[in-house]
Amino acid sequence: MSVEIKIQHALKKYGENTIIPDLSLDIRPGEFFTLLGPSGCGKTTLLRMIAGFNSIEGGDFYFGEKRINDLDPSKRNIGMVFQNYAIFPHYTVRKNVEFGLKNRHLPKEEIAKKTDEFLKLMQIDQLADRMPDRLSGGQQQRVALARALCISPDVLLMDEPLSNLDAKLRVEMRTVIKNIQHDVGITCVYVTHDQEEAMAVSDRIAVMNAGVIQHVGNPKNIYQRPANVFVATFIGRTNMLNGKLCMENGKTMLNINGYSAELLTVADEYKADQEVQISVRPEELLLNRDENAYGMKGTVQDAVFLGLNTHYFVKLDSGEDVEIIQESSIEDTLSQGARISLTVNTDKVNVFLADGSKNILTGVKNDLEV
Amino acid sequence: MGKRNKFELWTVISIVLLLLFILVLVYPMFGILRQAVYDADGNLTLGNFSKFFAKKYYTNTILNSFKSTICVTVISLIIGTVLSYFYSFYALKGAKLIFVVSILCCMSAPFLGALSWIMLLGRNGVVTKFFKTVFGIKLGSIYGFKGILLVQCLKYYPLVFIYMNGAFRNVDNTLLEASANMGCTGVKRFFKIILQLSMPTLLAAALMVFMQAFADFGTPMIIGEGYRTFPVEIYSQYLGENGRDYGFAAAISVIAILITAVVFFIQQFATNKFRFSISALHPVEKKKAKGAGGFFMHLYAYLLIFLGFAPNLYIIYLSFVNSDGAVFKTGFSFNNYKLAAKKLLARSITNTVWYGVISLAIIILVSVIVAYLIVRRSNPVNHAIDTMSMLPYIMPGAVVGIALVMAFGAKPFALTGTVAIMILNFVVRRMPYTIRSASACLMQISPSIEEAAISLGASKAKTFAWITVPMMSSGIISGAILSWVAIVTELSGSIILYNNKTITLTMSTYVNINRGNYGIACAFAAILQVVTIISLLIYIKISKSEDNISL
Repeated sequence: MSVEIKIQHALKKYGENTIIPDLSLDIRPGEFFTLLGPSGCGKTTLLRMIAGFNSIEGGDFYFGEKRINDLDPSKRNIGMVFQNYAIFPHYTVRKNVEFGLKNRHLPKEEIAKKTDEFLKLMQIDQLADRMPDRLSGGQQQRVALARALCISPDVLLMDEPLSNLDAKLRVEMRTVIKNIQHDVGITCVYVTHDQEEAMAVSDRIAVMNAGVIQHVGNPKNIYQRPANVFVATFIGRTNMLNGKLCMENGKTMLNINGYSAELLTVADEYKADQEVQISVRPEELLLNRDENAYGMKGTVQDAVFLGLNTHYFVKLDSGEDVEIIQESSIEDTLSQGARISLTVNTDKVNVFLADGSKNILTGVKNDLEV
Repeated sequence: MGKRNKFELWTVISIVLLLLFILVLVYPMFGILRQAVYDADGNLTLGNFSKFFAKKYYTNTILNSFKSTICVTVISLIIGTVLSYFYSFYALKGAKLIFVVSILCCMSAPFLGALSWIMLLGRNGVVTKFFKTVFGIKLGSIYGFKGILLVQCLKYYPLVFIYMNGAFRNVDNTLLEASANMGCTGVKRFFKIILQLSMPTLLAAALMVFMQAFADFGTPMIIGEGYRTFPVEIYSQYLGENGRDYGFAAAISVIAILITAVVFFIQQFATNKFRFSISALHPVEKKKAKGAGGFFMHLYAYLLIFLGFAPNLYIIYLSFVNSDGAVFKTGFSFNNYKLAAKKLLARSITNTVWYGVISLAIIILVSVIVAYLIVRRSNPVNHAIDTMSMLPYIMPGAVVGIALVMAFGAKPFALTGTVAIMILNFVVRRMPYTIRSASACLMQISPSIEEAAISLGASKAKTFAWITVPMMSSGIISGAILSWVAIVTELSGSIILYNNKTITLTMSTYVNINRGNYGIACAFAAILQVVTIISLLIYIKISKSEDNISL
């Protein structure tokens, strides 16, 4: 029963303001797909276009073979979970869950059976006769999920469903959501601006910026081989450095401020002398306490001991500030002013064209470009 | 979403409402303007206006109205705000009582205060006589400017009090602590921080008081005597003993509308200068009212609510005192009620109830739909409906009455003297308030709840009926009770439109005051009071928390 969602050349305008210029996307049947991006990037707009609450100015939206552009939202057979849960405050939990089934004019026994099934599935059967104002945020979210799922929708749409919960509940509920989605096997589109949450729940993630999808891929790929500088900086923390790619004796050498190391992962078509941008995540910078060891030289500005890890803030002699994360060691934490030298984990760093538009390493998997 | 939706149900409703509003709001207003600028032969003339401005006799009514209204507004604002400050920042004993009595005061029929004060301080008033016989002191006359001032101030300060409570409750305690930190406390802090933060509400209260006092017909009519105000002049030109002059009455109405419109826009302009919203995360903790200051605060509060409410109770008391015409004698009986029964008491009550219920039903139905159109379906047509629905705000009751007669009195409508025109008057006068409260209520409801219903397969009509309306219901019900009270006590429009068949309790009371049958008038008034008080107690019960009180 899971369906594929196909979006071709979607266009969204508010008056003269273009929010989404031209967006195409395939969401696979049964997958947990997340739209991730900073606020205002158009992710919620896109979700609401799929749901039918926003008009579509151009392009085609399909559920499987069915074009849904002109289908009334009430006829699209979607389950939707809202940021504020949108529980009907004047109905009990049971009545909330029944609501969609009643609109489908199912026989009474079937409504009762299905309602019970989903109340149990979401572990809220003992709350069935409560009014919503006597539920906690997490419980309300379970009601919202039960209500959305029990109508056996073709797709489940979720708009930042966890953002109103506290940190601990957020972690708990995202596991619940992921497991339920997996059990029911429904195609799910999830919107969030929280990258950790996206990583935790998604089969695939689309990173969006300014109405344009930057990268579609699985969480590991997006983190380790981001398609461009925006994705690299938006997902996780990273240090952006300027450097040069030099071809020396058939080897591809990466030069950063006088420090040079061989890169084995550059794609063939980019093997040429050129300026590049380099994204080095804090854990990909290797710190050597010996100032005279080979590497980039710098001075420790600050050190923060966080238990498992220690964060160092270092000013390079070239003037750039970088952040380094090291597993905490038993030795003394380096103090302010200490001179150090840094090398780079060349397996893991990412190198981009000088304008930041493209990752030039092999192993980048961007489904957008397939 | 394609062309299909352009012809959906809501579009049809929008257009029907637009036409309806043009018919009952815009058309009568233009009717007044037309009447004012055309003479009997159909020639365009400004004669009516020049007649008005040529004679001091007429222009004085503007000045009088302005003078009393501005004084009333300022005094009500001061005493109401001070009371509200005590109430909001100090734990007064019997705070609940102060609050409840204030609501009762400000929703009771305005002219009953006038009647009661005449009984107390008038020529034959109890207090007047008492001072004369016991101390030999002659109290000054209560009639005229002083009387209007007394009655209206006591009537409108509770309105300010209730408005300002809402504003003061939203003042965050941390703001006060911060200002104290920076060395600003006491009276200085009150003016620099608290009052400034509450300015939008203060201005809203000022507008309410101004509009109501300016348009009040009953009070100056009963206690004003020689002090002639605008609404009274409109009425007497329209139905006066010196011959009817519709054109002149219309011209005065036009001037009245212009004045209220100007005041309205000045208020809007001033409010725009204080456009900030505050919402208290840390509400102010009420301090204990101790010592001499505490005593003074309690004295102030209780004296005010006593003065505000005692006249209402006094009328109920008087309704049981034997009377003969304007003179109250000794001994108690139901004679006043018996006499009232001969003077259309039964008809007045049934009319009042029926008109109230029918008007209320129409008001609720239209207001809910209009609120939905304004809040959820913003488009030029609905915007126009919104703007038109505000028109009665700036039309004094007497003007509404005259406008309706001029618009619907003649064929093809010929509604003069019918039930329909009475109900139309109630609906037109009260609807803007109900639309405001219904749309405020709807704005609090997140649209995603309606979207949730739609995504679960409910049609738009179903969503509106099952989800939107039930969620608005608490706001609608409390608003409806206030509208009910306002309809039941409506005077200045009805007085133009009523006749013997369509007489209401309020009108019967007024008629008997006018004829000098004070005893009978008190009987009518007492019933009116009881109806109002019971309705308001239900309202307070339903609204529960003070936050929901909106007048």
